[in-house]
Amino acid sequence: MLRWILGGREAQGAVEKSAALFIGEEQPKNCFTEMQVLKGHFDIVRFLVQIDDLRFASAGDDGLVLIWNVETGDCLLELRGHTQQITAMTSYTFIRGGNTHTALITASSDRTLSLWDPDSGNRVQNISDLQSSVKCLLVLNLLDMWLSGGNELCVWNQDFELQCKTVHHSDTGISAMVELPKNFIAAAMDKEIVIFKLNVSGSDVAVMAIRHLADHQDTIHSLISINDGLFASGSHIGELIIWDSVDWTIQGYELILWEESKGDGHSEVKVTQQKQIERSIQHMSSDGELLVAAVGSGLYVYNVLTKTVVAYRKMAHDSNVLHTMIQTDGLMSCSEDGSVRMWELQDLPLPAEPASSGFFGMFGTFGRSSKHAGPPAKKLPEVPDLRSLELIGDLIGHSGAVQMFVSFEQKALVTCSTDHLLIVWKDGELQSQLRSLAVFQKLEENQQL
Amino acid sequence: MIGSPDVVAFTKEDDFGDSFSDPLSLPDEFSVPLFTHAANANPWTKTSYAKFSKDFILISEFSEQVGPQPLLTIPSDPKVCGTFDLNYFSLRIMSVDYQASFVGHPPGSNYPKLNFVEDSKVVLGDSKEGAFAYVHHLTLYDLEARGFVRPFCMAYISADERKIMQQFQELSSEFSKASECLKSGNRKAFANELEKKLKDLEYTRSVLHKETELQKMNNGCYSTQAIEKANELANVEKSIYEHKDLLRQITSYPSRRKRDVDFVQCEAEKPPVMDETLKDTNPSDSAENTVETESRKSSYTPQLIKAKSAKCFDKRLKTLEELCDTSFFLQTLEQLNAVEKSFRGDLCFIYTSQIDRALVSKQRVTSFLFEAEHDWEDGGASKNFSIPSNNPTIPILNFSGEPLSLDSYTTCIDVDHLKPGVESGEGPPESSTSDITQETSEAADTETKGSFSSDKSIEALGSVSPSSLQTNFFDGLERRSKISIPSYSDNASSSIAVPHRRSDGNLVQMDAACCIGQDGFIFEDPLPELAQECCGDTVVNQEPLSLLHGDPALQMDYILEESPNMGLTFSELNTSVLSEEVAKINIEDVFDRTSFMSISTSSDRAVSPFTYGSALTVKQKKKAGHSALRFIRQYPFAQQAISCLLSGRTLVILGVDEGTVRKLVNALFIFVPNLGKYGETVQPWLSTPFQLTDLQRWKLIGLQRAVSPAGSSILHSLNRYSRYISILDCDNKTLRCPPYKGTLISHLADHRTQIKRGSTYFLHIQGMLTQLTAKAFLYTFCHHIHLPMDINDQGSVTSRRTNFLLQLGYTVEESKIIQYLSELIKQHYIHGSAKVGNPSFSFNYTTSYLYKI
Repeated sequence: MLRWILGGREAQGAVEKSAALFIGEEQPKNCFTEMQVLKGHFDIVRFLVQIDDLRFASAGDDGLVLIWNVETGDCLLELRGHTQQITAMTSYTFIRGGNTHTALITASSDRTLSLWDPDSGNRVQNISDLQSSVKCLLVLNLLDMWLSGGNELCVWNQDFELQCKTVHHSDTGISAMVELPKNFIAAAMDKEIVIFKLNVSGSDVAVMAIRHLADHQDTIHSLISINDGLFASGSHIGELIIWDSVDWTIQGYELILWEESKGDGHSEVKVTQQKQIERSIQHMSSDGELLVAAVGSGLYVYNVLTKTVVAYRKMAHDSNVLHTMIQTDGLMSCSEDGSVRMWELQDLPLPAEPASSGFFGMFGTFGRSSKHAGPPAKKLPEVPDLRSLELIGDLIGHSGAVQMFVSFEQKALVTCSTDHLLIVWKDGELQSQLRSLAVFQKLEENQQL
Repeated sequence: MIGSPDVVAFTKEDDFGDSFSDPLSLPDEFSVPLFTHAANANPWTKTSYAKFSKDFILISEFSEQVGPQPLLTIPSDPKVCGTFDLNYFSLRIMSVDYQASFVGHPPGSNYPKLNFVEDSKVVLGDSKEGAFAYVHHLTLYDLEARGFVRPFCMAYISADERKIMQQFQELSSEFSKASECLKSGNRKAFANELEKKLKDLEYTRSVLHKETELQKMNNGCYSTQAIEKANELANVEKSIYEHKDLLRQITSYPSRRKRDVDFVQCEAEKPPVMDETLKDTNPSDSAENTVETESRKSSYTPQLIKAKSAKCFDKRLKTLEELCDTSFFLQTLEQLNAVEKSFRGDLCFIYTSQIDRALVSKQRVTSFLFEAEHDWEDGGASKNFSIPSNNPTIPILNFSGEPLSLDSYTTCIDVDHLKPGVESGEGPPESSTSDITQETSEAADTETKGSFSSDKSIEALGSVSPSSLQTNFFDGLERRSKISIPSYSDNASSSIAVPHRRSDGNLVQMDAACCIGQDGFIFEDPLPELAQECCGDTVVNQEPLSLLHGDPALQMDYILEESPNMGLTFSELNTSVLSEEVAKINIEDVFDRTSFMSISTSSDRAVSPFTYGSALTVKQKKKAGHSALRFIRQYPFAQQAISCLLSGRTLVILGVDEGTVRKLVNALFIFVPNLGKYGETVQPWLSTPFQLTDLQRWKLIGLQRAVSPAGSSILHSLNRYSRYISILDCDNKTLRCPPYKGTLISHLADHRTQIKRGSTYFLHIQGMLTQLTAKAFLYTFCHHIHLPMDINDQGSVTSRRTNFLLQLGYTVEESKIIQYLSELIKQHYIHGSAKVGNPSFSFNYTTSYLYKI
């Protein structure tokens, strides 16, 4: 598209490669017409946590935790203390003296855990002599306790006192945890999911592994809770398993292959020439009914109630998708290619015809008990409710991979990236109206109205 | 630019009389005075035959040894005065009846008494010389002078009589400031001198005392020598007493004066000097001061004073610089230089620019968009002529019981401008001004064409009837005060109804361009070589190549600029590195010189206005008008480019040759809204890839197209952010930007325009942009279109806004311009002119097209 500037042939090729997904500059459904670049970090920013309606925290490889005001873009506080990169961050809401407080728990590679007060910037608690660095954090609001997962699972109370911990597991350690009903915890450790039971009797807390679910063939990258009855896990080779939260049985199994459709000799040749298509499930998110999985550079939308695929796009981004979010009528995804894309779930114009079968790959849908990849089964027309994921807008600003984003509903969308920047994207029209209101308010204050 | 000097020539009395009054016409106080065309058909013909080429300031002294003599002129260039006889003119201006009260022994007092004489202000004309002058007399104290006083005068000499008359009040106010500065320096020096003299006298007394004792012992009490010595001693005693009294008088100079408006500038810059020197005779001094004083006293070795002082004509009189403290003297010269600059050019230009300023000052909400930044916007931090806002209202006349000779300055003009409170109620005191005294006119030289004196004498001019002159003059005064008072309503010091002059001379910048008649040359672009040459030896440095032999400060800047992610623009850097003042003055000089010497040439290479750390001036913008004119004639897609700039979409000018790119930047920067004082929103030449943050900071970027790896990353960034920018490729002559449909910009940039000259085109642009600004203002502050009817009313607000803009007759693209300007106005209104901590950056998702020539 800038061929006239670049002039070369290579450029032409590069342009054509992503041409199919190029949305162009006309994006009427994209309301983010104002951006604010927030500078403050010195290294990759990996985590964003919303504190309240107005504030959020960002953290990354520089060990800094910054607290920002989303409306003004001001950096409110700098929380310094960690000497190495931050590996996990979560908000921790507790009730003290009748008031709800929100604090931040951070874990770092320097083997410390800290509790921060985002109002004062104080490091309220700090634990520094951990045996391994913590990779994930989970707050159990009902028990008013929280867990840290690294090489072992530790249970902490609200005063940062270690209640109990599991024995040393393996070098891989726990990469993700979800809370299950009845004080059970599911933790992803390499290829298996371990169910822990948390026994709370008075002041004594004990944790023990109950069950090892070894249904995945490869490393589990993503583990999320869907609703009270279900949770999901996704692995490196594209296995997506929906589990029952209570009896830990498999409710759904999908192996996402992203294969080129057979019967087309031309594309078969291509497949052999191209390297193995990335199909690792990097990230999943769910609104209780729909589940979206970031599979390689594609997106896969699955309805957990009907156990059917809703929509998919094999090449949603030019590179791996790192974070996704389900919104009403659509979803958002961000990727290593530095863009955030907004998608809309649209009914296919003619459900009987495969509108885009030439380009999109096949997928496999398997029965509940099936564990091995069967023959690539159903053709597109056989899926009744298939919808399409249409790109309705993209946000371009970061010059590095967009690690994740957090949405403030109408107010803003915040993205963080490898390029050390945060960008707040806002609805320009709404902001303009808010500024008008501010102007009239000031006029009134100055009695010039 | 609201008032346009170009318009003046075409205004004339309309024939319809007063019956019809146009409701859209400007109020009277803003109208340009009509040229009395009955007398003279061409307003630009040079009626005077002055022997000097342009206005200048003369400082003269009435020396007690040699009589009136000129001391210096501003500018000091002898060419300015030409063959004009300064000696003769000094004689003339010093011989005007000047009622200085000389120090002497007033009746009923034994000791000499210092009068704190108020300056007198006189207008004087000399038809033979073709010179008219505003003459400002002042007296300075000198212990060695006769009667302790030295009369001086400063005169603003112009060939244009009306200029002196109509600008009398401004001249008076400016010269009063300069005079006040001189006098305060003089008081300091005088006090020092008195102290030294006292030391000498005391030393002499002690020596004499010893000698007297000796005489008494040797020769007895009544010997001749002893009596002589005793007399001598008595004389010294008396002298000491007198000097002490003088010192007391000079130090008791009304301290309240310090807070005086005219005075503060001196104070602000040299705060400690005078006060402490004057005070150090007070016992209640702080320890520090006493130490300082003591050390100074001890450094001075008293000398014996001879009984008979040297003959008056033998001794060398002190120079003006010695009379006033050197720093005060230099400061005064600086002020006078600024005065000279600010009054340069034709009267009509001065007048319109005054109206212009008065109008702009009323539009602070929007003036930041396209108007050149004015001094009042940077508050009290500005230079000599600004009035500090914390200044209490002190009319000078209000000292009661102070040792002032009140009679010397109860003149109509002074009252008029010192007591602005009066004028609202009473109007100008006509009676005193109309008091034309036969005596004075007779007493004055018959060659004196006219003399308008502040002390009650107005002399009739030969041709002009006095009444018409007066009314004319007072019309002017009245109008001035009407205009200027509201502009100071925010300042506490609103009592002075005279606008403070800008020292950086926005006034000056246009003189060459607009006032054809004044110096008789036609202005075009300056000679490029000349400009280059001038730029070479000043701070102005536009070629990065000159880095090799450039000064270290610039080198440092360049290096810093090169390193990415520093988060500093080089305008930010440079303003801190270089003194803004210096840069400004230098560039000013350069342009003045070039315009002064310019011949009508059409230069191909315009001088880039983006110099390191210097403020953009109207003059530079006018020059840009020339480049802009060429641009719109040359490029058919000029309208699209201008539309991008006006709607806040960053325009990147891409090219291999730096000169070409800079030329295009130069042609387009006048269309950038909210340009900033130093053109912060423009980056004329960038050779590193730009960042996202640069897009929100710069709205016009000149970018190097290079073949190096850096070049490819630049292209990558262009590609990546292509949706936020428009790209003007000046090598291929293409423009990639969203389409523009509408007629607004075709009026602004019509490639078949009949306008020939850059400055005229600039004024045309300014007019159009002002109109646009007015619409944006209307849109911003029409509250019914912005306030929601109820809480869930967002949609209707949006539609009301859109409809409003449609009703104003704007297309979608033009609406974007208005909306962008409106957003700028809102942000400026909410945050003030101070930089917002983290600005946000708005954009639209629209398709771009490629335009070719």
